[in-house]
Amino acid sequence: MLPERFMRWFAGRGWTPRPHQLELLAHARAGRDSLLIAPTGAGKTLAGFLATLVELAAAPRGESEGVHTLYVSPLKALAVDVARNLERPVTEMGLGVRIEGRTGDTPASRRQRQKRQPPDILLTTPEQVALLIGDPGAAKLFETVRRIVVDELHALAPTKRGDQLALALARVRALAPSATMVGLSATVRDPDELRRWLVDPRRGQDLADLVEVRGGAAPIIEVHETDERLPWAGHSAAHAMPAVYEAIRKHRTTLVFCNTRAFAELAFQELWRINDDNLPIALHHGSLDVGQRRRVEAAMGEGRLRAVVCTSTLDLGIDWGDVDLVVQVGSPKGSSRLLQRTGRANHRLDEPSKALLVPANRFEVIECEAAREAALAGEQDAEAAKPGSLDVLAQHVLGVACGGPFDEDALYSEVTSAAPYADLDRKTFAEVVQFVATGGYALRGYERFAKIRRTRDGLWRVSNPMVAQSWRLNVGTIVEATMLKVRFARSKGPVGRMAGGRVIGQVEEYFVETLTPGDTFMFGGEVLRYVALVENEVFVTRAVSETPKVAVYAGGKMPLTTGIAAHVRSALADPARWGALPTQVREWLGFQQERSLIPQPDQLLVETFPRGGRHFLIAYPFEGRLAHQTLGMLLTRRLERARAKPLGFVATDYALAIWGMGDLSAMIDAGALSLDALFDQDMLGDDLEAWMAESALMKRTFRNCAIIAGLIERRFPGKEKTSRQVTMSTDLVYDVLRRHEPDHLLLRAARADAARGLIDLERVAEFLARARRRIAHRALERISPLAVPILLDVGREQVYGEAQDALLREAAETLVAEAMGPR
Amino acid sequence: MILSALLRRDEIEPTLSIAGATLVADVSGALYEPDSGALIVADLHLEKGSSFARRGQFLPPYDTATTLGRLALLIETYRPRAVIALGDSFHDRWGASRLSGRDREALAALQTRRDWIWIAGNHDPEAPAGCGGEAMAEMRLGGLTLRHEPRAGAAAGELAGHLHPVARVAARGRSLGRRRCFATDGARVVLPAFGAYAGGLNVRDAAFGDLFGAGEMTAWVLGETAVYAIPSIGLRPD
Repeated sequence: MLPERFMRWFAGRGWTPRPHQLELLAHARAGRDSLLIAPTGAGKTLAGFLATLVELAAAPRGESEGVHTLYVSPLKALAVDVARNLERPVTEMGLGVRIEGRTGDTPASRRQRQKRQPPDILLTTPEQVALLIGDPGAAKLFETVRRIVVDELHALAPTKRGDQLALALARVRALAPSATMVGLSATVRDPDELRRWLVDPRRGQDLADLVEVRGGAAPIIEVHETDERLPWAGHSAAHAMPAVYEAIRKHRTTLVFCNTRAFAELAFQELWRINDDNLPIALHHGSLDVGQRRRVEAAMGEGRLRAVVCTSTLDLGIDWGDVDLVVQVGSPKGSSRLLQRTGRANHRLDEPSKALLVPANRFEVIECEAAREAALAGEQDAEAAKPGSLDVLAQHVLGVACGGPFDEDALYSEVTSAAPYADLDRKTFAEVVQFVATGGYALRGYERFAKIRRTRDGLWRVSNPMVAQSWRLNVGTIVEATMLKVRFARSKGPVGRMAGGRVIGQVEEYFVETLTPGDTFMFGGEVLRYVALVENEVFVTRAVSETPKVAVYAGGKMPLTTGIAAHVRSALADPARWGALPTQVREWLGFQQERSLIPQPDQLLVETFPRGGRHFLIAYPFEGRLAHQTLGMLLTRRLERARAKPLGFVATDYALAIWGMGDLSAMIDAGALSLDALFDQDMLGDDLEAWMAESALMKRTFRNCAIIAGLIERRFPGKEKTSRQVTMSTDLVYDVLRRHEPDHLLLRAARADAARGLIDLERVAEFLARARRRIAHRALERISPLAVPILLDVGREQVYGEAQDALLREAAETLVAEAMGPR
Repeated sequence: MILSALLRRDEIEPTLSIAGATLVADVSGALYEPDSGALIVADLHLEKGSSFARRGQFLPPYDTATTLGRLALLIETYRPRAVIALGDSFHDRWGASRLSGRDREALAALQTRRDWIWIAGNHDPEAPAGCGGEAMAEMRLGGLTLRHEPRAGAAAGELAGHLHPVARVAARGRSLGRRRCFATDGARVVLPAFGAYAGGLNVRDAAFGDLFGAGEMTAWVLGETAVYAIPSIGLRPD
């Protein structure tokens, strides 16, 4: 099946082509789209490109005949790495194939040249494909494409970047009708979702041909056990760092995953504090300066590091052959995530990957055991496919117009050939086009400023070149919180005259907003003192040997998945299985059983008790922090109406606590408050509507949609100096739009996002249905053992929206009391 | 809408004493002077939405209706003899010409049977064409001076806009979101912007330092249902 030249090359390296590599080749030759699901180390990359290389070897091409194969990966670094891996067979077989990468970092001159003299294989990212779609030269560039390779499809498909790529590739395939598509993916729950993603049903294939490589050795996953006292709350796992350090010492190279940047910072500092052997241990997370991150990656590639403390930034990426241990600090929160991370160790099929889970508190011991169980059973609980986002579609429609005139019906057919938009109705599509043209408001008035117009031939065209220019600047679906550079202050002179030193990285604007000059925080592995905000840069100095005042610099907190939650519930409910848990945890659960109740898997335990002059209600739904936050908002509203005088609430991954002035136990006893009514599904009606309308989470979601859809422009460094009076706050836009056109396209897009994202409505709804008439209430004299961790979180968590007026009043009164009080 | 106005009346309206005049600070960001019956608002920025639309950012075209609606509610509550807009009433000098028919009628209805004064602002230096009322560069009202841009240095009795003051209040060890506010030291007041799409400038910005002595400014912060006086020690920069 393979040409002689290829057989010799394989043989020369002591290899034989693997069955899945040949199978993919056969599918490509038959003109079929295909999906390869394989564990790491299975030679996925070569499999994806084999058809391309064979075809190019058989029919050598002249200069600039156009792109033959388009490769898309979610990571720039991966595109670069794949280029390097391909060079080898290409050079060794003397194929004379031109391979080039194109990312945001590619110099403009080379990008221009790539359009004139395209390489045979173009390696790029979803954003770059979207940009090329909007180029007037798109047709010429893409008409020669025969093969499209999408890497890490499982990570891309369920996201907005996946929506963007699906749309852009639908366009590429319209321009290049003979192209076939291949997706490369790790194991997923439902391969059919990805198989659908890869095909255009109009071409007669409903599902991509599936090629699956089974197995690899089963991973070895251990949960760290400690004799030290396990913390009741907190997530830093500082107590376990000596053990993590020992593990690093015993292995060649270790990846230490932490769930947030803050915890990565803490773990890094703690490890260096005890690093008596001076092991090369580095830090890697999304806020660090890019140059710094690249240096760490390079050092890792060269095998110069013994460990990297990192966050999700290293979930995907280049194969580092030397990694032989993955440490997960804190609960992995999901089985798919744990499997993905574990797979970063040992990129060889026949050897097991090895992972060590380090629970940060008592509850996480149970969570880690549950995650281990789920991962060993191979359970997948990553996000499922969702309908394509309308804001992304709006961006795409404008992009298509920038590339050239389009016919609305033809574009509708093309858009619905992309799996995420398969169910999009014609009317909604027309609304999207209207939105792009003039904002799509019921009140007409912006026609004369239209971005695209339908001309006499019935085609839509951009109104002027400025439209394309501003579209190019706004392409992309990742809306970062506004980031501010962190820079060392060089002199200690008065603010304004301060000279700026080296840039260390960047932090979210909202984090800085909570700081007061003089506050210390941990960043880049050091304790820094916040000096001042100078022209949108955060000036800091080193604070030597101090414990930081503000440690909470969270980023990327993921809620517990439904799958792990179910494991946790069933593990708790069955005392026979507690044997696997450490003594401390067993004792803790025993006390809970004695003093209150261990809920059955389908039961909702609700406890009420007085404490410190207040009355508490603790519910244990195990549905993840986001769903609990939403529940907390809705329940406090209802308790308010029931005159239980709630004051606040806090949500963790497994429970939520509400406290107030009203004696809840007495109210329930007297029949003045019914828990069944309190937790009734009807809270998802008017209460939800009313809360969502005002919610800060909704506003944040709306802002993202507004930026992606092109309603407002992204803020760019340098452009930000315009006075804040003129700066458009999307919160104001949201308020006005909601009042006047509650059903506007963008509000619909934002509501859909929020329901799946920050508000996690799906899980709230599932929970309420499950909890119906299954509430077990315990009125207690005092706090229950299970409630201890969550009450330790009180005061650490944000209070959203609602309580603002109360806090304002309190601030005014406190300050007045302070000013007027006795000296 | 009516209900919220009624609820608001339950709260004690905070009053400011400036140059001998008593001013009611309304939770909407307006000042009412009972003696003359004047209602004073700053920075309406009407037609800001359509101003952005000219540059391809299609903000919802309902900002003018929203702003006029809030103004109508205020007028219903206070029944003022005069309404004084402290400049930047329109977002740009062509704003008045872009008013929709309905908004133009709504504005005219508000102006019937009362005086209406457009004070000139930097966004709208000329009187808005065809929008009724009387145009002035600045004006006196008893001991008060009403103008758009506050004068640097001490200016007792001045009511001005232009700066769009917002405050960030420290509460329980963290700061709350930016909220519109009146900035005052008891001698002069900078009013918050009234317009639906008007942004804000933190009162800790240097621009306010030129107007008020250090530590002498109080921010009268607009909550959802009431106005809260927060002394400068309780205010955070952005």
